[in-house]
Amino acid sequence: MRLVINKIALLLSSLTAILGLLFLGWILVTLILKGSTALTPYIFTHDLVNNGIRNLLWGQFVLAGLASVIGIPVGLLAGIYLQEYGNHTRYANFIRDLSDVMMSAPSIVIGTFIYAIIVIPAGHTNGWAGVAALFVMMLPIVVRTTDHMLGLVPTELREAGIAIGATKYHVIIHIILKAAKVGIMTGLILAFARIVGETAPLLYTSGSTIYMETDLSQTYPSMTVSIYNLATMPDEKLVALAWAAALILTLTVLALNLLGRFLIKDKKIKAYK
Amino acid sequence: MKNKMEIKNFSFTYKGAKAPSLNQISLPIQTNKVTAIIGPSGCGKSTLLRSMNRIHDLYPGNQYDGEILLQDKDGKHQNILAIKKENEFIRLRQKVGMVFQKPTPFPMSIVDNIAYGLRLTGLKNKRKLHEQVEKSLRDVALWEEVKDRLNDDARGLSGGQQQRLCIARVIALKPEVILFDEPTSALDPLSTLAIEEMISELKQNYTITVVTHNMQQASRISDYTAFMYLGDLIEFDDTETIFIRPSEKQTEDYITGRFG
Ligand SMILES: Nc1ncnc2c1ncn2[C@@H]1O[C@H](COP(=O)(O)OP(=O)(O)O)[C@@H](O)[C@H]1O
Ligand SMILES: [Mg+2]
Repeated sequence: MRLVINKIALLLSSLTAILGLLFLGWILVTLILKGSTALTPYIFTHDLVNNGIRNLLWGQFVLAGLASVIGIPVGLLAGIYLQEYGNHTRYANFIRDLSDVMMSAPSIVIGTFIYAIIVIPAGHTNGWAGVAALFVMMLPIVVRTTDHMLGLVPTELREAGIAIGATKYHVIIHIILKAAKVGIMTGLILAFARIVGETAPLLYTSGSTIYMETDLSQTYPSMTVSIYNLATMPDEKLVALAWAAALILTLTVLALNLLGRFLIKDKKIKAYK
Repeated sequence: MKNKMEIKNFSFTYKGAKAPSLNQISLPIQTNKVTAIIGPSGCGKSTLLRSMNRIHDLYPGNQYDGEILLQDKDGKHQNILAIKKENEFIRLRQKVGMVFQKPTPFPMSIVDNIAYGLRLTGLKNKRKLHEQVEKSLRDVALWEEVKDRLNDDARGLSGGQQQRLCIARVIALKPEVILFDEPTSALDPLSTLAIEEMISELKQNYTITVVTHNMQQASRISDYTAFMYLGDLIEFDDTETIFIRPSEKQTEDYITGRFG
């Protein structure tokens, strides 16, 4: 009987896996077919106002990049605090729970929150609001990944460092972070991949514009938001452009994820025996 | 004081524990000898050893009582339980080195594993560093095996090699005492033998304390043996006496395997 249940479970899980892969393949194929028609060098050298996506690419990466520039150091420090200094304290566990809640919050809620505290006072959508929304999305991911990866480093390694006359600070900087480096890097890449493709948090924060923009206090170009806008346009050329943008974004996220996986695989080789 | 270290009426209670893990332990650690601490699992061997370099202090809230004296090179002694300042802790740990059960190579090259501790002492000169690294690796008979790949990640070495590297890392700092906590329990018989031989050689220059639950190992490598049971020191004597004519019944039962 157990064997039969086992077989059924195996069959069902294989089927769902195949189903998932089929849909993924379908999405990719559609993206490539529809996206490649408008995918010309021209779109990389012109802004949306001239039927290109240069300003959108720029905007998307500036927003995600700035969010990372602030989010990564803050998240790293918090993660280090949780694992190396506050571990097992009630305060640390509270921060952990809070991060987990923040991570599972729908991204539209984060967008709405930033809209309320930044966009409304400013009177219009702007780049900083977009950065803030992506930062809020990214922070808990970085905190928890760092926390988790540091937690995987054996305690003996910390003790061995102390036993050789290193201070706790030295042990963290020179030994523990090095031991967890690949894992943390992977986490950071995946965190970036996670926010670079987000639409909801940007929808009412950065908004998007057809022009190039470098002033973050103004409405800022965003690729995901523009894809959302363009996709429902009557002009077929614009819809094709949206497909091309979607393809580029998907490939970027896919590449980042693969890079992350690749690093994880490499890490296993060097894991502690 | 004629001994390198002297543990006097030492009691230890872990944070939050109801009962002490060590009760009133008194034990001499003689200069340039190997002292073995044996006893069944959980009797407090590691707890005692880890008090001797105050590594317990990594985790706050434990309670100490009694004295642990450490003799300086000029004959004076210091109660290491009185240490409070960070730089004194660092000096203590450079004087009293420790090798752990599982090999703990740092995530660095083979050279850096040894140079790291030396750099912490302020040694910057590249040539001197390299000399010290080579000497330490020769002392643990690892030089010939690794001299062509000194810049490789130390985690690529075999378990036995890693453990010898960890010993080299400790002796590079020229400590006065070396503490070993079951240093071979994660190793194969051949690597175990190599480490045991090394410990016997190291005692010419260092004072050594080895925790082991392997009685044969204690009888092979130690000059003195302490038998512990449930946080008490039951008997301490020279190794031969402990293994041939112990005075306590509990010691005899443990030695002859009639325990429990
Ligand atoms: N971190 C700790 N917190 C509380 N109790 C501990 C801790 N470590 C060890 N103990 C307890 O102290 C006693 C002695 O442990 P230990 O010194 O590790 O024994 P041994 O090394 O002889 O096997 C055991 O009863 C163990 O459960
Ligand atoms: Mg132990």
